[in-house]
Amino acid sequence: MDTQNKIAVSFRGVTKTFGSVYANRDVTMEIHKGEILSLLGENGSGKTTLMNMLSGIYCPDAGEIYLDGKQVTIRSPQDAHALGIGMIHQHFKLVDVFTAAENVLLGVKGREILNVAEATEKINTICRTYGFEIDPSMKVYDMTVSQKQTLEIVKALYRGANILILDEPTAVLTPQETDKLFSVLREMRKDGKTVIIITHKLHEVLAVSDRVAILRKGEYVDTVETATANEQILTELMVGQKVELNIERPAPENPVLRLQVEHLTVKGHEGETVLEDVSFDAYGGEILGIAGISGCGQKELLESIAGLQHVEAGSKVLYDAPDGTKEDLIGKDPKKIKELGVALSFVPEDRLGMGLVGGMGMVGNMQLRNYTMRKSILAEIKHSKELAEQIREELGVVTPSLNTPVRRLSGGNVQKVLVGREIASAPAVLMTAYAVRGLDIGASYTIYHLLNKQKAKGVAVIFVGEDLDVLVALCDRIMVLCDGKVNGIVDGRTATKEEIGYLMTNLKTEGGESNG
Amino acid sequence: MAEQTVKTKKAPLFHIVGRGRGQLPAYLAWGIRVGAFLLALLLNAAFVYLVVQVDPLTFYQTMLKGAFGEGYLWATVKGAAKLLCIAVALAPAFKMRFWNIGAEGQVLVGGIAAAIIMFYCTNLPPVVIILLMAVCSIIAGGLWGLLPAVFKAKMDANETLFTLMMNYIAMNLVNYFYYLWRGPKTALGKINQTTHRGWLSSLWEERDANGFLVQQEESLFTNSDFWFVAIIIVITVLMFFYLKYTKQGYEIAVVGESRNTARYAGISVNKVMLRTMIISGAVCGLCGFLVVSSQSNTISTSMAGGYGFTAIIVAWLSKFNTFTMAGVSVLIVALEKGAAQMANQYGSIGFSPAAADVMIGIMLLLIVGSEFFIHYKVAFRKKTKEVAAV
Amino acid sequence: MIENLIPWLQQGFKFAAFLALAALGELLIEKSGSLNLGTPGTMCVGAATGFISVYRYVAAVEEPNAFVLIVLALGVSFLSAMLMGALYSFFTVTLRINQNVIGLIITIFGVGLAKFLSDYFVKSTSGNVRCDEAHRVFTAKIPFLSEELGVVSKVLFNYGFMFYLSIALAVVVALFLNRTRTGLNLRAVGENPATADAAGISVTRYRYLAACIGSGLVGLAGIFCTMEFKSGAWAVADIDSIEAFGWLAVALVIFALWKPMNLLWGSLVFSICYWAYMYLPKMLGINVPTDLAQMLPYVITILVLIVTNLRKNRESQGPAALGQSYFREER
Repeated sequence: MDTQNKIAVSFRGVTKTFGSVYANRDVTMEIHKGEILSLLGENGSGKTTLMNMLSGIYCPDAGEIYLDGKQVTIRSPQDAHALGIGMIHQHFKLVDVFTAAENVLLGVKGREILNVAEATEKINTICRTYGFEIDPSMKVYDMTVSQKQTLEIVKALYRGANILILDEPTAVLTPQETDKLFSVLREMRKDGKTVIIITHKLHEVLAVSDRVAILRKGEYVDTVETATANEQILTELMVGQKVELNIERPAPENPVLRLQVEHLTVKGHEGETVLEDVSFDAYGGEILGIAGISGCGQKELLESIAGLQHVEAGSKVLYDAPDGTKEDLIGKDPKKIKELGVALSFVPEDRLGMGLVGGMGMVGNMQLRNYTMRKSILAEIKHSKELAEQIREELGVVTPSLNTPVRRLSGGNVQKVLVGREIASAPAVLMTAYAVRGLDIGASYTIYHLLNKQKAKGVAVIFVGEDLDVLVALCDRIMVLCDGKVNGIVDGRTATKEEIGYLMTNLKTEGGESNG
Repeated sequence: MAEQTVKTKKAPLFHIVGRGRGQLPAYLAWGIRVGAFLLALLLNAAFVYLVVQVDPLTFYQTMLKGAFGEGYLWATVKGAAKLLCIAVALAPAFKMRFWNIGAEGQVLVGGIAAAIIMFYCTNLPPVVIILLMAVCSIIAGGLWGLLPAVFKAKMDANETLFTLMMNYIAMNLVNYFYYLWRGPKTALGKINQTTHRGWLSSLWEERDANGFLVQQEESLFTNSDFWFVAIIIVITVLMFFYLKYTKQGYEIAVVGESRNTARYAGISVNKVMLRTMIISGAVCGLCGFLVVSSQSNTISTSMAGGYGFTAIIVAWLSKFNTFTMAGVSVLIVALEKGAAQMANQYGSIGFSPAAADVMIGIMLLLIVGSEFFIHYKVAFRKKTKEVAAV
Repeated sequence: MIENLIPWLQQGFKFAAFLALAALGELLIEKSGSLNLGTPGTMCVGAATGFISVYRYVAAVEEPNAFVLIVLALGVSFLSAMLMGALYSFFTVTLRINQNVIGLIITIFGVGLAKFLSDYFVKSTSGNVRCDEAHRVFTAKIPFLSEELGVVSKVLFNYGFMFYLSIALAVVVALFLNRTRTGLNLRAVGENPATADAAGISVTRYRYLAACIGSGLVGLAGIFCTMEFKSGAWAVADIDSIEAFGWLAVALVIFALWKPMNLLWGSLVFSICYWAYMYLPKMLGINVPTDLAQMLPYVITILVLIVTNLRKNRESQGPAALGQSYFREER
């Protein structure tokens, strides 16, 4: 009976699939009352999906969820609220033009006439109890990211949440703000609340949580007491045993300098630093992997090189053309870069939203790179048709016709169209972001093979990846980003997953040593 | 804990799911549209029967006669051409996902520009006047379309509201010139009634030494209506080619689909937006010129025939395909003319001309509504699931 | 001069109240995120059905009861306009068709329907049809206040009950939006439907209700217009001018920056511009071209649209989700 009472939530055999992909498979785990539990895992390990099932965003396909020993069905966020579960998502759900108090009151049942004074009082009480600092009459559009997050937490508590889930709460915070958040979380624990934080930052896990639950590839691995854990143990649990992938990796043949990135700094919308002083070289004839937890600057890095990102002064991206000339790409848009004759290809992360035109067929999408080829006012089409036909045959794209909108193709086929087109322009530099995300094994190997062929041709390939097994099997060198900074460049042939996983989650301090 | 007892809500009876990748094949999509059309015809027949007790067969016959019968066909063709011209003008804007609600206004300012030349530059040779009118109309319409686009590009001003307001400014401008030129007369009437300056027909009319018109042999080429329709057909074909085969047309399609992709491909979104709205407004302006020079020979707020809004629906329904627009335009105008014939024949027993708008409204609502079933399917709650939940 | 100023103000105030009422309906709808371009058509339907019902009522009974007449006129206008709102919601919310397209169809359909109904039920094509009884009831003035206070009486108390009802409704809607839970939820639906949905607010229900009630108010404005400005007379041509007023109301919502209380003075600005041509010549001897003056409301609305975008002031923008359909991401 005693242990029964200690358990706040238990998952039993919970499974969730999206299409044919398992997001969670047979997860059985328990969360204790009044603890801070870290849910740890790599990108795509199913942490957020699992918590979304607790907060009513998704319904499990199979398995049960028990709350205080009773089985519950949570169909909607409202059901979750009623059960005392509140989740703070990465994307805040706030109305910009409302005040903090109005946002808190939103959707809450009660007397029809709003009593803002009463609500303000209650919010202030919550703030005093846990040490939040928030002005109930402040408009959300005037708030910093950290204040918005605080408001989300207050909102959940106002609705009577006893179990609080935070999805990557520190991703948007400065170190000082993170410390403040953690002290608030500790106050909440003292008050008997259960706190779950989804994260992949090891030092934060160790700093704040009581226990750590680890997920890997949608499956539950283990839960360890934080007191007995260290970063070594956690990294190993998180990345798992090395999987032999059998990806070929020919030795680079006489690599030549192709791209020099120097002191690249990028600031985000809120003025936060997304990339800080990033410098590296890319060589023709090798694959440079870029590793890092999601959202630590990979997207901005590639977009800066492609001329799609506003960068801070002092940043340099030097392109070393095969003919020996040097060109700084900073301050030029994609059109200018192309006109300069820079052979740069880019497979962006958002395939249908950026790399391709979803509503057009293969031919239309080939035109995206070729349509200006003719001198007349007419758009080029003949070459594009041939190219589409060629890519369909060579890469085995399954499509009813060359004019079927690519939006209707499967993920693997979409990616083949995109990669095929980018390779076809005979690039000197080929950048890919998450090139195999969502693809099945067969399609993934097709992509690896294509990249290797480009490498053999002397192309400088930049491969932003998330699966460490792939990175260590495919890449010649791997640059690890952490919080928008280069945290190390390792040799792909000798590096271990643990080493990279460690670099991804632990920023080296100025002295060059990791802060453990 | 008290909150533990959560009422298990039933899953809703049905929910709507997008068809996603499993799009309907084209023949089924068209089947649904034709089905909606037939249903609308049935409903309209029922409406007519309710109002004037005319049986459906007579109703359809009268409609057909009024729309396509001898002596009526030409009016339908002219009306459809005008509607088509405006819809075609909207096509590039809509393809770019720019809500140009201001076609009516763009046609009107085109008409005003033409009429101003007609009114004040009477001493020029006929050909020069006509050309000058056309050019000025195109410029006026283009500028009228450009203005909202500038503010959309510069500061993201809502183009729907902006273009909507521009309509009424244009309408008041028309009235201003109308009353200015009318003076103390009771109506403005046709401009240059005697000299025919600025009339399209002045291009081929011959006059004798006294300035009287010489009777000419009737032929297609001396028929203003023919040129009106012919020029619009040419515009339609040109627009089709422009959108489908030119670089600019391709850029419009990319910007409409995804601004991010356009940026990625090095297309300047703002430049495309401004250019496209100039074109859209210019074609509307040209339509205004055609109406003034070949149809009305004067200005009034009904120059656009109230088709400014209908054309938006036509363009939207046709998915930016100019040839589909031709079909839809004919359909709508045929309905209008057919209903007018009904009013003509049965007006005395209560079938007023206004019933035409009601019938068109029913038709449009049903056809537009059918788009839902093309893009979504309705999934009903499964019985078996219900049992499991209990 | 003063003798011309007072009629101008009277006409200005009356017309302003009418415009404010119509715009109030549209504002309520837009607050839920629906840009209803069907408002002009809706107003025509409200005006026509309201007029038809009182006309028939007065014709049918020997001694029409003023109270019954008012209830009938307002009730029928409100309900028929509400049906138009329901039609709009069904197509835009349930069937998820583009709001602009449906709005314009509703206007085309509504104008046609209004004309058809009045032709059919009151034979309005045959000439001017009058309902003086209704006009009298609608323009009955407050006994003491409208006579004894000199200029104040003439300017402030010289109107029928719809004038005061319009002002009262604007205040009520302002209080509703800012002071009640339902109002707060409604604003959230128009600003950020996804957030509202996550907070357990039914976006569908709110958009339906806003469109129905808002359209109802637009319908009331329709009957107000008929009784006040057409002196209880009815002709099919009036429907076209009501449609034009409908577009003016749509503009007014933008001009008022989507705030109900702003409607009250904003409508006065519109109204003064609109009627300037009638009174300025008499008062100051200035000849104002009618059409250029009547163009002004639209010009200043565009200027307001530009200035608010220029200043990027979040408080004076329209609802963020205006014009956008909402569907929950599929689970």
